[in-house]
Amino acid sequence: MELGPRDRLSQAFWHEQRKGRTIKTPYGDVVHLDIRHLGEKKINERLPMVRELAHTYAGVDPVHAPIPVRPVVHYTMGGIHTDNHTATLLPGLYAAGECACVSINGANRLGSNSLTELLVFGARAGRNAAAFARANPAGPMSGVQAGAEAVQAGVRELFVREDGTETVAGLRKAMHDAIENGAGIYRTENSLQETCCTLEKLRRRYRKVQLHDRSNVFNTDLIQVLELGAMLQVAEAIAQSAARRKESRGSHQRLDHPERDDTNYLKHSLATYRRAEPPVVSYQDVTITRSPPAKRVYGGAAA
Amino acid sequence: MSENVTLEVLRYRPESDSEPQFQRYSVPFHDDWVVLDALNYIKDHLDSTLSFRWSCHMAICGSCGMMINGEPRLACHAFLRDYRDAVIRIEPLDHFPIERDLVTVMDGFMDKLASVKPYLITNGKTPPQAVENLQTPLQLMAFKQYTLCINCMLCYAACPQCGLDESFVGPAALALAHRYNLDSRDHGQAQRADVVASNEGIWECTFAGACSEVCPKQVDPAAAIQQTKISASLDWFKARLMPGAQ
Repeated sequence: MELGPRDRLSQAFWHEQRKGRTIKTPYGDVVHLDIRHLGEKKINERLPMVRELAHTYAGVDPVHAPIPVRPVVHYTMGGIHTDNHTATLLPGLYAAGECACVSINGANRLGSNSLTELLVFGARAGRNAAAFARANPAGPMSGVQAGAEAVQAGVRELFVREDGTETVAGLRKAMHDAIENGAGIYRTENSLQETCCTLEKLRRRYRKVQLHDRSNVFNTDLIQVLELGAMLQVAEAIAQSAARRKESRGSHQRLDHPERDDTNYLKHSLATYRRAEPPVVSYQDVTITRSPPAKRVYGGAAA
Repeated sequence: MSENVTLEVLRYRPESDSEPQFQRYSVPFHDDWVVLDALNYIKDHLDSTLSFRWSCHMAICGSCGMMINGEPRLACHAFLRDYRDAVIRIEPLDHFPIERDLVTVMDGFMDKLASVKPYLITNGKTPPQAVENLQTPLQLMAFKQYTLCINCMLCYAACPQCGLDESFVGPAALALAHRYNLDSRDHGQAQRADVVASNEGIWECTFAGACSEVCPKQVDPAAAIQQTKISASLDWFKARLMPGAQ
């Protein structure tokens, strides 16, 4: 199990927690990761950062003691829809990396995919954006300009708003709890509906968030307000898409629909915000070149 | 635990403050909190106008460098429990202009990094894109330590020479130049020498060693600079004893 993929490890943790076999800590339950058998030399050579982090932040030297670990949210596998050239639906906007979805992650991200995102798609995005800028010296088209002005007007409104009753920290915590409780390692119809409902309420409450910093210099209060708005959109896109996907695939695991359903859901979910809120979820076909979906088996079961 | 600890934080808002001034905040003390946790507590619960840079909270992104009780530290790597006896004083990194609060202007540093050409420079015979550019583990070992720099700039805040002469290329950039010069795939040493071996480069260093003491990643830029001084001196003699030789 120690060598299993991270979603499987997280699922195993969830089951152990349900059985009451995890260890309580102030930051949530943990299990112990024991790498002592590797020995000091190999740990220093291959896992120096793990040793340093465990030592600094958990007060544990993995050479002599097991490391407390627990699943955490690590990476967003979806993102802004792009084609293979990193172009988005908005002319002139290119996206790469964790913000984007060029679909190398599929339903489950492999470790170090970020390197491909960076070296291949990051380079493509940069080159394509430069080429677009050269070919369009007049600047953004009128539609883009209007969109940008609407966003700017929203920011200006934040600067003059006086009657805000909500805080970034309060809404962010409520969002964390909602997505963790209802759209986490295992999901069900009920948990997802409840999370969608909570996120919808939070989206409305967000309209009452109060900006305290009116400065134009390195205003991190403003950045946090804007980021929270984007996070709420992403959270709702995740929860709404997951609620409609009545199957289990990759890291999307539903207790009420434990099997993969290629007939109905061998598709990309696309959540779109136009005027409609919550987002509208539609589907796009998957292009399969070499590796069709198959049962995931590891270790002895794969032999 | 209901104890509190006081943070005395340097504030500077260029639009309204004529000069920087300290502001005190009382935050809860937790045995496992780092200074960054306390700053985020302030940001979330006491004063959202306080500005500071941070990202990873695990000493790898290099964003949260600041002066903590006068020493350059990563805020995510400095535990409150190690400062129990007094008020903790938090200031932006020394030797950098303040943009706002704990945020410094990094442009000069970024220019210095770029000036040492921190990328593989080939000799035309080893095209880096057409084929794999192989390297043995031993060849990697020669420079691996110098790849661990996270550009946190603590060494610039610690270096006495950086405080005296802002044109000094400085520890991190010179260590980075050394990293590429030691790379078996690189042939750019001569191109980097213009900057590295200039008056603003290695010869400005007086070997105080403060850079290596504060480095959170044990990169040891002081060693890189002294090694570069030796190789630059050898090159100087070589050029005079054997004119025309490479």
